Amino acid sequence: MAFITYRKAISRVLKETLDNDPRSFMMGEDIGTYEGAYAVTRGFLDKYGPERIKDTPISESVIVGAGIGAAMGGARPIVELMTINFSLLAIDQIVNSAAKLHYMSGGQVTVPLVIRTVSGGGNQLAASHSQSLEGWYAHVPGLIVVAPCTPSDAMGLFRTSYRDPNTVMFIEHSLLYGSKGEVRDDPEFTIPFGKADVKREGQDVTIITYSRMTHVSLGAAEKLAQEGIEAEVVDLRSLRPMDTDAIVDSVKKTSRAVIVEEGWKPMGIGAEVSARIMENALEYLDAPVQRVASLDVPMPYARPLEQSVMPDENRVIEAVHRLF
Amino acid sequence: MKVLSKPVMKKNEYMDLLRQMLLIRRFEEKAAEMYMRGKIGGFLHLYIGEEAIAVGSISALKPQDYIVSHYREHGHALARGMEPRKVMAELFGRSGGTSKGKGGSMHLFDAERGFLGGYAIVGGMMPIAVGLGLSARHLGNDRVTLCFFGDGAVNEGEFHESLNLAALWNLPVVFLCENNGYGMGSPIQDTFAGTDIFRFAPVYGMNTPGQIDGMDVFEVMNATKEAVDRARKGQGPTFIEAKTYRFRGHSMADPMVYRKKTEEEEWRNKGPIIRLQRHMQELGLLDEAEMQALEAEIDDIINDSVEFADASPVLPHDAIFDDVYA
Repeated sequence: MAFITYRKAISRVLKETLDNDPRSFMMGEDIGTYEGAYAVTRGFLDKYGPERIKDTPISESVIVGAGIGAAMGGARPIVELMTINFSLLAIDQIVNSAAKLHYMSGGQVTVPLVIRTVSGGGNQLAASHSQSLEGWYAHVPGLIVVAPCTPSDAMGLFRTSYRDPNTVMFIEHSLLYGSKGEVRDDPEFTIPFGKADVKREGQDVTIITYSRMTHVSLGAAEKLAQEGIEAEVVDLRSLRPMDTDAIVDSVKKTSRAVIVEEGWKPMGIGAEVSARIMENALEYLDAPVQRVASLDVPMPYARPLEQSVMPDENRVIEAVHRLF
Repeated sequence: MKVLSKPVMKKNEYMDLLRQMLLIRRFEEKAAEMYMRGKIGGFLHLYIGEEAIAVGSISALKPQDYIVSHYREHGHALARGMEPRKVMAELFGRSGGTSKGKGGSMHLFDAERGFLGGYAIVGGMMPIAVGLGLSARHLGNDRVTLCFFGDGAVNEGEFHESLNLAALWNLPVVFLCENNGYGMGSPIQDTFAGTDIFRFAPVYGMNTPGQIDGMDVFEVMNATKEAVDRARKGQGPTFIEAKTYRFRGHSMADPMVYRKKTEEEEWRNKGPIIRLQRHMQELGLLDEAEMQALEAEIDDIINDSVEFADASPVLPHDAIFDDVYA
């Protein structure tokens, strides 16, 4: 076991992959000489050289498209899109090609590609740089979407993502890179897709969440415990496939559900989770499902305004209170 | 077509080029008929008039090479040796089709032949061609990727992103622009501010033979051979612009109100098949009896493809969910 940061965990599992599989290589904007916008690839260029750590032009569509082609050709590319906001420039390749080539070819070709990108706000980068768009990708059949929130989950899910024959959107969070956690030394430790993790057990209310909002929810749960409400915090980890069983099992136990996400509420992850609860556990509910999400506005720049837009512990606690 | 006084290839090589172009022509004519009879749905983009490009360029490839193309790709698929009956079955939406009826006319694939897709988003195949070139480099094999796209793709961002990256990384990719003069119904002079598409090549530091005659199967073959050789030797990508014309509409749904009959007639007289026929006749390589025998041979293949497609069942309902994930 080791106690390391989320950044270090991702860096470590990437190195492990590059060391073990000569077919693998990385490409993205400023991952080499600059060592990564979030310093995940520090030292990589020196260690692996420019043929395996490829700095690209600022051309998101060809970065992803070249990843797709290279994967079809038998290589194992790991593509980095600096943030999920920039993935919009590559969305055609992700949605129209990566997600569909296996199906449209009648199963003849596969696209084993990992697209690492960074979601979320909180850095005062304003509306075009602070979005949580993972739900857009989770909407699309043919893609896998994961969003780990701990160093251990990041390592376990990355190994699964890399070994999978499909295209995986591997969503990291910019505010989590400095957070620490225990990781196992076992290079065979993997976490299957579609497997949620109960990060805190409780019997009074279920909080269903993912990525950084898991930590916000855990903080809220500690405060709620002080007033005698024991919240169960379910970290989805995978958005597609999504662990409906884990959601339903917890709601059956607690009879109350709050969904916490950093994206916007309309058509969001919370809406999807809420529908799954309605479809599978309506008769167990003692109160209407509550959703906590970012306010329905483009992200403002000013720090106090930005902080007001994103969900925090208080808003989670308020939502829980509405259930009792 | 340059007038040559004597043959430069064996007779059977000339016959093979003619056979392939005629196969594409008759296949497309039959597909149009089947569309009118309701056997084929969706969009149907015919390659009629452009056969010399597919046949000439693909003849320059080796079996291990890759091809990616656009949505007017039946000709490329057939020139690559994909079975006409399986292609027809795909157009019919049947389980015997190349993608078991899940891809349709615009998404033909044959992984065994390195035919890695028709792409129905304009320009969408270009980044993928770059990636296939990258895989050859990364894995140390000598595969070359031939990438077909139309003049409409030139105005997409992906065109420029792809040319730049392929040249920057010196990848073994041949970009072949089939300039038929129209992006759907819009003539190129209404959508493109430049004068010649091939002039983008030097902008990105890429080799180009310039604009070639896409109605001349030999010119296409020779230009592609040079480009493929260069790519295989590690000398980087090439950009070829082949001028051509589609004799039919953009798709079967096209009423063709945007161009003049005289223009169509002019191009038909420059058609790739009649030009090769005339050329072979002048060289004494083709007589009337041989031509009739060839037509009969191709008729049999086309009729077989329709019979096969018609007899092939649609996939069972449960198979809808197959192949979403590998």
